[in-house]
Amino acid sequence: MQFFGGSEISPLPPAPTASGNNAHMMYVFNRNGVCLLYREWNRPLHTLNAQQDHKLMFGLLFSLKSLTAKMDPTNAERGNLGVPQLPGQGCSFHSFRTNTYKLSFMESPSGIKIILVTHPRTGDLRESLKYIYNLYVDYVAKNPLYTPGTPIRCELFNTNLDQYVRSIA
Amino acid sequence: MDTNDSLRVASLWHSMHAISQQLSPVAGCSGIELLEADTFDLHCFQSLTGTKFFVVCEPGAQQMEALLKVIYELYTDYVLKNPFYEIEMPIRCELFDFNLSQTVQKDCVALLGR
Repeated sequence: MQFFGGSEISPLPPAPTASGNNAHMMYVFNRNGVCLLYREWNRPLHTLNAQQDHKLMFGLLFSLKSLTAKMDPTNAERGNLGVPQLPGQGCSFHSFRTNTYKLSFMESPSGIKIILVTHPRTGDLRESLKYIYNLYVDYVAKNPLYTPGTPIRCELFNTNLDQYVRSIA
Repeated sequence: MDTNDSLRVASLWHSMHAISQQLSPVAGCSGIELLEADTFDLHCFQSLTGTKFFVVCEPGAQQMEALLKVIYELYTDYVLKNPFYEIEMPIRCELFDFNLSQTVQKDCVALLGR
């Protein structure tokens, strides 16, 4: 099992931007931190190179999950900070918002993390993320030619994903 | 949560706040303002000096931004203007604590009618 994808480059070039698109970009990670998919529709600002960007994103999510599990006011028994949480264990966040973007996050029981970065005034995208996860199951997991743990290179998945994301804009 | 844990959480939050600025697709990001989790929401207010105030509340609680601004005013009045308070040290000002609990109580009453 590789961690952080080793020397793998970002899979597939970004799709051309559609006008009036709400979504900026999307990441899919597996449980080991390998970036399975990175789609970019509208990203004017690139601070870091692709590898560092993925690592930073994964690290941010890991720490935020750890923080929410610790800060949960309803749970009497809280784990220690920094201890890796199993998918579904402890309280997990589903989105955060800044003044320039909103990040929506979903983790499946198998550890597949789907992250969608959109315009800050977007509503609750939990249902959309579930739908995207279903697209992943249909077009990627069920694809006999796809090896789990490697970057996704399935045309059908990409086309359907782009179509769907444009429709939720 | 004991003091050590609070310090750890606070420093973790500070770093997460900074990293979120780095990952912004658009220029001019000022860090996380709202974090939504399953059982709580976390609202954060950053002053011009970089001091961050965050409040943990029920999911979907309204007017937390206004509450944070009021708390910031209380901070400037009872903490910063206190000549015995050392900057960057933990806050041990009675008046601040008292007024803070009063404000939160009023807020609870206003929101929940209890």
